[in-house]
Amino acid sequence: MNSDRIVGNSVPRKEGRDKVTGRSQYVDDMVLPNMLFGATVRSQIPRGRIKKITFGPGVSWDEFVIVSAEDIPGKNCISLIEDDQPCLASEFVNHPEEPILLLAHPNRYLLSKAVEAVSVEYDPLPAIFTIEESERRAEIIWGEDNIFKTYLIEKGDVDGVWEKAAYIVEGEYTTGAQEQLYIENNGMIATFDGTQGITVWGSLQCPYYVHNALMALCNLPAEKVRVVQKETGGAFGGKEEYPSMIAAHAALLAIKSGKPVKIIYDRMEDMAATTKRHPSRTRQRTAVSRDGKILGGEIEFTIDGGAYATLSSVVLSRGAIHAGGPYHWPSVRIRAKAVATNAPPHGAFRGFGAPQSLFAMERHMDRIAQTVGLSPVEIRRRNFLQLGQTTTTEQVVREPISLGKLLDRALDASDYHSKKQRFANHNESDTTRKGMGIAAFLHGAGFTGSGERYLSSVVGVEGCADGSVRVLVSSTEFGQGTNTVLSQIAAEALSLPYENVSMVQPDTQQVPNSGPTVASRTVMVVGKLVQSAALGIKQTLISSNLLSESYTAEEFRAACQHYVSEHGQFRSWSRYEAPDGIFWDDQKYRGEAYAAFAWAVYIAEVTVDLTTYGVSVDDFVALQEVGRVLHPLLARGQIIGGVAQGIGFSLYEKVVWQNGRMQNGQMTNYIMPTSADLPPIRVFFEELGNIYGVYGAKGIGELPMDGPAPAIVNAVEDALGIHFDSVPLLPEDIMDGLVSQFSDGGVGSRGGTR
Amino acid sequence: MTHSREGCAKAEISFTVNGELKTAHAYPMERLLDVLRQQLQLTGTKEGCGEGECGSCSVLMDGILVNSCLVPVLQAQGSTIVTIEGLATGETLHVLQEAFLDCGGAQCGICTPGMILASAHLLNGKPEPTIEEIREGLSGNLCRCTGYSQIIEAVAEAARRRTIA
Repeated sequence: MNSDRIVGNSVPRKEGRDKVTGRSQYVDDMVLPNMLFGATVRSQIPRGRIKKITFGPGVSWDEFVIVSAEDIPGKNCISLIEDDQPCLASEFVNHPEEPILLLAHPNRYLLSKAVEAVSVEYDPLPAIFTIEESERRAEIIWGEDNIFKTYLIEKGDVDGVWEKAAYIVEGEYTTGAQEQLYIENNGMIATFDGTQGITVWGSLQCPYYVHNALMALCNLPAEKVRVVQKETGGAFGGKEEYPSMIAAHAALLAIKSGKPVKIIYDRMEDMAATTKRHPSRTRQRTAVSRDGKILGGEIEFTIDGGAYATLSSVVLSRGAIHAGGPYHWPSVRIRAKAVATNAPPHGAFRGFGAPQSLFAMERHMDRIAQTVGLSPVEIRRRNFLQLGQTTTTEQVVREPISLGKLLDRALDASDYHSKKQRFANHNESDTTRKGMGIAAFLHGAGFTGSGERYLSSVVGVEGCADGSVRVLVSSTEFGQGTNTVLSQIAAEALSLPYENVSMVQPDTQQVPNSGPTVASRTVMVVGKLVQSAALGIKQTLISSNLLSESYTAEEFRAACQHYVSEHGQFRSWSRYEAPDGIFWDDQKYRGEAYAAFAWAVYIAEVTVDLTTYGVSVDDFVALQEVGRVLHPLLARGQIIGGVAQGIGFSLYEKVVWQNGRMQNGQMTNYIMPTSADLPPIRVFFEELGNIYGVYGAKGIGELPMDGPAPAIVNAVEDALGIHFDSVPLLPEDIMDGLVSQFSDGGVGSRGGTR
Repeated sequence: MTHSREGCAKAEISFTVNGELKTAHAYPMERLLDVLRQQLQLTGTKEGCGEGECGSCSVLMDGILVNSCLVPVLQAQGSTIVTIEGLATGETLHVLQEAFLDCGGAQCGICTPGMILASAHLLNGKPEPTIEEIREGLSGNLCRCTGYSQIIEAVAEAARRRTIA
C-alpha cells in the first residue's frame, strides 16, 4: 500500500529553484583567477592542403598564447568511434570551420580581431557537398569509397514478393539538416597543473566521452583527467560529441599557458562549426496486396555524415532499424549507408536518425493509401504490428500494445472524421485550405542491440553521514529532468521522502560511468540501476540489523548515520546486466534491437494560406504509450518540447548551405518557432506498463521528435492534394507545388483517392 | 580590460540595479549585458544570441523590457534596472517564479530569467492577459525546451494567483 508514493507524482524539479532565481551556474557564469579566453582559427575552405599560416599586422602577437597541432602531447584526434577527426588540422582541411589554430588572451574582446588577422593559405582540393556527389565518387574524400558505414537488414523473401503484388509503390523522401539550437551556446573552461593534470568544466551531455577524448589527446592516465558538468542550457544531442572538441581546445591552451582558459562560442560560431541533424534521403519500394497489406519491400536509407565519421554509424543504425515504422513487414530489405561530404560533421540530435527514416515511412504510407484507394487511417490499421509479430529485425512484439486503439483514441481526440468532412466543404470556397495528417511511429529506448552490454553502465547510491542519500551517476541534467526523476526512483526504492535524496554533480572524480546521457536511456536503463543500487543500501542496513523491513524516514536516517560512523563511506553499486532472453546479432543486424519501444500516433491539423503560402499548425494531438509515466509534468513537457522542435523541423528550420558552409548561422535567419507560432499541443498518455523498465517506465525524450514532420506534411497534402516529399517545407516550396499543380490542371483539383 | 574602443575613455556610469545604486567604470558602448554579468556579477542575465533575437538577456530598464545585449551601458545612466536576481524577496519567490516551478515553465533554465522578466513586464501592463496575449507577449523570448505551453500556463497561473491574493 506504501508503494509508488513518489514515482507517478509531479514532485518539484530538483534544481528548479536555482533556475527561476538565476542562481544556477552555467559555464560562462564561472570565473577563475588569471583566466584567459580562448578562440579558434578555422578553415575558410571546404577541402585543401594548408600551405602557409601568416600572423598579420596590427595585433600584439606576443601577448597571445598560440596552439597548433604540434603542441598536442598525445594523439591528434577526438577519440570517439573511429579516431579520424583531428583536434587541430595540421596538413589538410576537410570541411569549412575545421579548427586549425587556437589563440588565448586575457581580454576576450581582442580575440575576434586576432582570429581575423591570421591568414591561412591553401592549395584547394575539389570538394563534394551532397549525398549524390559522394556516391558518384568522382572525388574520394574519406576511406576508399566515401562510405563511413553500411548496414543490411533482411527479413523473409523480398525478391519473391514483387510478382505477388497488386501494387508496387515507390517514393523518395528527403530531410534537411537541423540545428539543435540550445539557447546556451557551447562552452568549456580548462585548467592544467603537473600534479593534478587537466580539469575541465563545461556544458555537456557525456562527461566520460570528454574524459576519454582528453586522455588520448593529452596522453594522460584516467586519474589525471577530470571532467565536471556545469548546469547545461539545453543540449538535444548537440552536446553529445562536440564538447570533447572544445574541451580539447581549452585543455591545450591551458597546458601551454599554464593558466585557466575559457572558451565560449558565440551563436554564429556555434551554429556554423558544431554538429547538426544528418540530412537524409530514403527510397521506398513497396509491394502491396489488393486489400492494402504490405507484402514486402526495399528501403534504402542514406545519410550525409559530413567530413568525419563521428557518430554517423550509430545514427545510421537507429535510422535503419526505425525505417519500417510500426508496421508488419512479412519481408523487407533495408540497405543503409552513411556517406562523407565536405561539410562539418553531422551528429546527434534528438531522435538520432529515426525522425529521418520515419518521415519517409509515414509519407510513404499516405502514398500507398492513395495508390490502393484506402484512407490514411485504414491503410495504417491494416498494417500495424500486432502482439507476437516481428519487427524488421525480427524482434518479437511481446507487449500487449494495440496500435489500432491508439489510433482510435487519437482520431477521437483530434475530432478527425468530422473535421475531414468540414474541411472538404471549406476547401471548395475559401482562400485557405485545411487538412489533417496522421503519423504512427515507434521509438526504441536505450542503446541499440548489444550497445547497453558494451556500455556496462555503473551507478552508485550513497548513504551519507547525515543520514541522507545521494545518487552518483554521470547522467546529466540539461532540462529533461534527470536530477528529478532519478531522485524520485531512489526515494521510491528506499521508501524515503523525495527531499532526502540529492544528486551528486556529474564529475568524473566523483561519479561512476553510467553511460552517456542519450538515446532515451536515462530513466529506463540508468533509472533501473539507481533502483537496484538503492535497494542495496536498504538491504545492507537491514542485514546489519540497523533497520527492520518496514521503517520510517527517521529510522532510516539513524540507521544510515550509525552505519557510516561504524564503517565509513557507505556506497552501493549496481552494474548493467542484459535482461534474460535478449538476443542480438551484430553481423546480421537481427534480433532484439531495443529493450523496449514507445509507440505513438500524432495528428496534425493545418491551414495553408493560398495568398502567402504559409502553413499554420492549428491543432496537434500527441498520443503515446511510454510505459508508466513517472513524472507527469516533466513527461508532458518533454512531449510538447519535442513536438515544437518537430514543427520547426517540418516548417521553419532550413540550413542554407554554400560550399559546405552554413550561410544562415544566426537566430535572425535560421528560424525556430516562437510562442506565437505554435498551436496548442495536446498530450495524451496510454500507460500499459513495461516488462523491462524501472517502475514500468520506458524512454520518452526522443519519441516526440519523430512524428510531427510526417503528420504535418501529410496534412498539407490533405489540404492541397499535392505531394511534398521533403522537409523543411517552406512557403516557397508550397508556392512551387501550387504553380506546377496549376500548370497541370488548376488549383483545387484534388489528387489521390479518399 | 574591456572593449578597447579607440579614442574612447571609460566613463563612470551609475544606475539602480535591483534597488541598489551601482557605479560601473565602463566604455560607453559596452553592452549592458556584460557590465551586469562581469562587473556586477549578476550572472542570472544570460546571453543566447548577442543580437536581440532570443531574449535571454532581457532585463527591465525603467519598467521597459530590453535586450541587454543591445543596450550600450551609457544609455543605462540614471536608470532603474531589474534583473532576475531582483525579483524574489529574500527567500520568498516572486509569484511568477513560483508559478514557473509549479507549471514546468523551466526546463534547462537558460531562457528562464529572460522569460520571467518578459512575463513580469507583460503582467505589469496586462494583469489578466488572455492566452493569446501571453503568446504574443512572450514571442520575443525563445525557448527550445518547452514548446512554450507550460510557460504560458505558468504566466496564466501567476496572473490568477495575483488576482486572488
